[in-house]
Amino acid sequence: MSHQKSFQYADLLSVLERVVDIMSAPDQYSYPSVFIYGHRATGKSHVVLSIMKDLELPHASVDCVECVSSGLLFHQVLSAFFGPDAAALLPRCPSLSDFVRLYKQMSSNSPATQTRYIILDRAERMRDMDFSLLPALLRLQELVNDNVTVILLSEIVWEKFRPNTGCFEPLLFHFPDYSKGKSLVQILSWDHHPSYTPELYASYINILLGVFFSVCRDLRELRHLAVLNFSKFCEPLEKGEAKESDIHKLWKNIEPHLQRAMQTVYLREVSSVQWEQQQMDEKEATTLRVLSAHAHIELPYYSKFLLIAAYLASFNPARTDRRFFLKSHGKIRKTNFLKKHEKTSNHLLGPKPFPLDRLMAIFYSVVDSRVAPTASVFSQISSLVTLQLLSQVGHDDQLDSPKYKCSVSLDFILAISRCVCVCVRLLDLLALSLVIQSQVVRQERSLFTAVSNLHLL
Amino acid sequence: TTETLICSDSNLSLMILETASKKRKRHIGVGDDENGCDRFTICQKLWETVQMNTEVIQDQLNKKVLDSLAEFIKKPGLACSSDVWRQRGSEIPTAALMLGVNVPDHAMTFRSLCNLLQDSVTPFVVSVHAKECAAVKLLIQKVLEQLMGRGVSVDEEQEDDTALLQKTQCTISALCQWYKTKCTQVSPKRKENLAKNDLPVVVIFKDFEAFNSQVLQDFILICSRYTQELPFVFIFGIATSPSAIQHRLPHSVSSLLCIEVFHSLSCTQHLASVFDKLILNSQFPFKLSSRVIQVLVGIFLYHDFSVQNFVKGLQFSMLEHFNSQPLSVLCCQKHEALLSAKILSKQNVERIRHLPSFMRYVETQEPQEQVRLLTNDEHVKVTSFYSTIVHIRELHVSCIEKNLWETEEYDSALQLLRILAKDELVAALRSCAEILKSANTKRMQNVLQQLEDFLGRLEALQGVSSEDSSGNGVVSAKMEYQRTDLFQLQKTLLEKESRRTKRMNPFEVLRSQVIDFIDSLVREYLTPAEFQPLNEVCYYSSSGVLRQRLNVTPRTSIQAALTHPFYYLKNESLKTNTGTISSAAPDLCIVYKLHLECGRLINLYDWLEAYVTVMSAAEDQDTNSEECGKFDSLKHARFIQAVSEMEFLGFVKSTKQKTDHVARLTWGGC
Repeated sequence: MSHQKSFQYADLLSVLERVVDIMSAPDQYSYPSVFIYGHRATGKSHVVLSIMKDLELPHASVDCVECVSSGLLFHQVLSAFFGPDAAALLPRCPSLSDFVRLYKQMSSNSPATQTRYIILDRAERMRDMDFSLLPALLRLQELVNDNVTVILLSEIVWEKFRPNTGCFEPLLFHFPDYSKGKSLVQILSWDHHPSYTPELYASYINILLGVFFSVCRDLRELRHLAVLNFSKFCEPLEKGEAKESDIHKLWKNIEPHLQRAMQTVYLREVSSVQWEQQQMDEKEATTLRVLSAHAHIELPYYSKFLLIAAYLASFNPARTDRRFFLKSHGKIRKTNFLKKHEKTSNHLLGPKPFPLDRLMAIFYSVVDSRVAPTASVFSQISSLVTLQLLSQVGHDDQLDSPKYKCSVSLDFILAISRCVCVCVRLLDLLALSLVIQSQVVRQERSLFTAVSNLHLL
Repeated sequence: TTETLICSDSNLSLMILETASKKRKRHIGVGDDENGCDRFTICQKLWETVQMNTEVIQDQLNKKVLDSLAEFIKKPGLACSSDVWRQRGSEIPTAALMLGVNVPDHAMTFRSLCNLLQDSVTPFVVSVHAKECAAVKLLIQKVLEQLMGRGVSVDEEQEDDTALLQKTQCTISALCQWYKTKCTQVSPKRKENLAKNDLPVVVIFKDFEAFNSQVLQDFILICSRYTQELPFVFIFGIATSPSAIQHRLPHSVSSLLCIEVFHSLSCTQHLASVFDKLILNSQFPFKLSSRVIQVLVGIFLYHDFSVQNFVKGLQFSMLEHFNSQPLSVLCCQKHEALLSAKILSKQNVERIRHLPSFMRYVETQEPQEQVRLLTNDEHVKVTSFYSTIVHIRELHVSCIEKNLWETEEYDSALQLLRILAKDELVAALRSCAEILKSANTKRMQNVLQQLEDFLGRLEALQGVSSEDSSGNGVVSAKMEYQRTDLFQLQKTLLEKESRRTKRMNPFEVLRSQVIDFIDSLVREYLTPAEFQPLNEVCYYSSSGVLRQRLNVTPRTSIQAALTHPFYYLKNESLKTNTGTISSAAPDLCIVYKLHLECGRLINLYDWLEAYVTVMSAAEDQDTNSEECGKFDSLKHARFIQAVSEMEFLGFVKSTKQKTDHVARLTWGGC
C-alpha cells in the first residue's frame, strides 16, 4: 500500500488535518486520549501509524486482540517506550498500579521530550478486560504525569464504550466510509499492474466495483479480489482479441467471471489459490467443489435416528408427542388442536430445548427395532454435542436433567432421514411435523388425513 | 440420565473392561490351568501381529491424503510470495482435513501426520486439542510450549533462555523472535530440501468442532498479524463437513484463511481392509464365529464407526477366547500347533473328547475308529491336528467366494455367476485358480486341475466364438447388397439370430457345467464352521458375552444389582423370591425396592416408615421388641444414607414442590 494513499482524497482530509494538528506540537502536552472510529478498512490504523512513522514520533502500537491479559498490554507499552529491560521489571501478574508506578519511575529517568503515543488497535476488546482499565487509560496522562496520549482505534462508536460510572471523554474522530465513485476507484487504482496502463486498470476497477460494491465495501477484500481476477481480465488483451480501448468487450468477458467469483471465492467457498489455478486451466471448465457442497455427513445408524428424534423434539410442541408417537392416542379433537401461539411456524422461532427423557422416548418410538439403552447410545448423544449437531443448554443441572437443542437445519434432517427411512412412518412423521410447522394448519383437512394415515400405520 | 456422563467416553470404559479382563486372565491362568501361561503368550503374540497389521493398514490407507497434505504445506507460502504486485494480504494457508465422525480413530491419523511432517517438511509442528485450549491464552501457551520445548530438547545449551520464559511473554511475537533465531540455526541440509523457502510452522487443530469459536477467531486474527515473519500453516481436523468452518468463523476471519479441503478414506473402507487383513486371512489362526462378527460389525455400524473400537473388540474376544478355552493352545500357526499337540496333557485330550463338534465327528466315523478315538490319546492328537489344519484351509477357500454366512448371499452370488458374461466368468475363474495355486494339499491340487481344465475349454470356445463373430460380420456385409428385398432381409436376420443362439449354446452348456462344479465344490468344502470338528479351538463364538461386555447397559446392571443383590454379591442369605424384600439385603436395595412402589413424588416419612418396618420385621424374630426403640436413630441414619446414595445414583432428587418429598427420576425397571 502506498504511503500517500490516505492523503489522496478529500473526504478524509479534514479529519486528517485535525489529527495531524494534535500531533504537530510534540513538545507540548497533548490531549490525553483520542478515540478514532470507522468501519473496517477505512484506513484508521494505517493513517495513524504512517503519521507516526513519517513524523518519527515515539509510539507503542498494541493490538488488543493479542492482549489476552492486561499484563501483556503493559508489557508491550513499557518495552516500546523504555526497552525490554523496563518491561522485565513488571511483576508476574501486574496490576494497573504496578504499571503506573513503573511508568512513573521510568519516565522520571527519561522524561518525554515529545509526546508519547499509545495506539490501541481494536479497542473494543478492552471492554472485556478489567473494567477499570479503560477509564484509567483515558486519563493516563494525569496518572503518570507524563506527556502521553492514548489513541483508541475501534470499529464501534464511543457510546458503546462509555462505562456506567462515567469517565474522561476522549477526543472523537470519525473516519467516514469510502464513497464508491471517487475514493475507492482512486485507491484501488493505485496498485495497477506495471505492464498495463493506469487507465486500463482504472476501468477494470470500475467494472469490479460495479459487481462487488453492493456486497462488499471492505477495501482490503476488494484489493484482494482485484488482484485475483485481473489476469482473467487481461486474457483477451494477451491473446490479441481485444484492444485496451475495447472496454465493452473486456466487460463482456469479465462480468460473468466476477459474478462467479462473488459466489465462490469472495465467500471463501473456494480458496484463492484454487481460484487462480482454475483460471489458468479454464479450458477444462472444471467445476470446483465448493466448501458447502460437502454438506453430507456420514453418521452411525443410531446417531441418525437420535438426530431425527432431537429435531422432532426441538420443533414439535411437547403436547403433540402423544398424538404423533403413540399408536393408540385417544380421540382426535378437531377444535383447538393447536393453541394460537403454536400456529406460528416453529421454524421461525428456532429450536426449543428439550429434556433427555423426551429425546429418548421419541428415539425409541422412531427407531424401527428394539434398542437396548446401552452406554454407546448415550455416548452418541454426547458425541453429537461435541460435533455441534446438538447443543446443550443450561449448564447448571447436568446430572439430573440435561437439556438439548437440535442445531441442524431441516434440509440436513431430510437428507439423513432419506438415507435411513426404510419405514414410511418416519417420513410421515417428518412430513407431519412440517405441516404443523408451516402454518398450513388452517388447511385442517389435509392435516387430519395425514394424522389418520398415521393412525392406520 | 447419569449414563451420558458416566459413559461419555465409551473408549475409556472399554479400556477399563479390558484391563480388568487381563487381570482376571492372569489370575486364572496361573491358578487354574497348567498351560495358561502358554495361552497367554500365544495371545500376546497374536495381539502384537494384530496391532502391527492395523497400523500398517492405516498407514497404507492414509498415505495418499497425508502425502497430498505434505505437498500442500511444502508449497511456497502465500504470504512470502516474491512478486510484490501479487502479494496477497495475509492469508494463512489452511488445510481442512475431513476425517469422518469416528473420532477415536483420528489420534492415529494425526500421529502419523505429525511424524510425516516432522520427517519430511518442517520440525515446527504443533498439535492442539480443544480440551486444553479453553482460552486464547492457553492456546498460545500450548503452541509456544510445544514449539520451544521441542527446540530446547534438540540442543541443550539454550535451555536456560526458555526456562525463564515468563507467562507474560507468552505471545506470538515472542515466538517470532524464537523462530528467527531458530531458522538461522536449522541445519542447512533441511534448508536445501525446501528450496530457500522458510520452514512453515504447522498448527494442527485436532478437533475443530470442539473449539470455542471465539478462541479460534482470536487466534487466527493474532496469527494473521505475523504472517510476514512467521509462515503459519493450519490444519483443521474436521469430523463433520467443511461447512463447519463457515459456521464457526465469520467472514472477517475466514477471509484471512486460504482453505483447501482434503478427504481421508471413509471408515467403512478402512474397516473392510482391516477385515480382509485380519479376519478373512488364513495366516491369522484366531477366528470369529458369524455371531461374534455380527456383534462387532453391529457396534461399528450402529454406534460409533470406529475402527479402533472394532480392533479393541477383536482384542477383547481374543483375550476372552484364550482365557476361557483351554484348548486354545492349539490356536496358532501350523507347526507350532503340531508341537503343542504332541505335548497335550491328558486332561486336555479329555476335553477334546468332550467337545460337541468332536463328538459329532466321532459319530460319523466307523465303529472301530470310534473306539480307537475314544481310547487312544495319541490317535486323538493326530486326528485333531489333522482336522484343524484341514479346517484352516477350508476357510481359505471361503475367502474366494465372499463370506458365506448367509445362504441368501450365496444364492445371489450363484445367480450372478449364472448370468455372467464369458470374459467375466473367465476372469473370475482365473482369480480362483490364482488363489488355489497357493494351496498345496492334494485335494486342492485336484480342484485346481479341474478348474484349469474348464478354463482351457472356455479359452478354446473363445476362439470359436470370435470366429463366429467375424463370420457374422461377413454375412452382414453381404446383406448390404441384398437390401432390396425386405422379406429376405427379415428371413436372414431371423436365421442369423437362431444361428447365434445355436453357436452360443456350447458356451452356455459349459457355463452351467462350471457353475455346477463350483456349487458342488462350495457344498463340499464350505460347510459352516460350526460343523467342522474342533472348531472350538480356533473359533470364538460367545457373542452374548461380547455383547454384554462391549455394549454395556449401565442402567440395567445397576437395576439388576439393586433388585437382585445376590447376582453380584453371591451371598446365600440374599437369595429371595422375586417380589419380596429381604431385610438382609443392603439398605440401598431395600430403599430402592420400596421406592419402586411410589409415584412421581415420594413422601420421605412414609418411605422411612416402610423401611423401618422391613428392618424391624427381621429383628422381631431374634430380639425383644423393647429394644427396637433404641435402634431408631441408627435406622434413621442408615435410611438417610441410603436415600442420598439413591440421589447419587440418579434415581431421586429433591424437589421444590414439596419440601418433605423427593421426586422420582426413573420409570419402569423390575
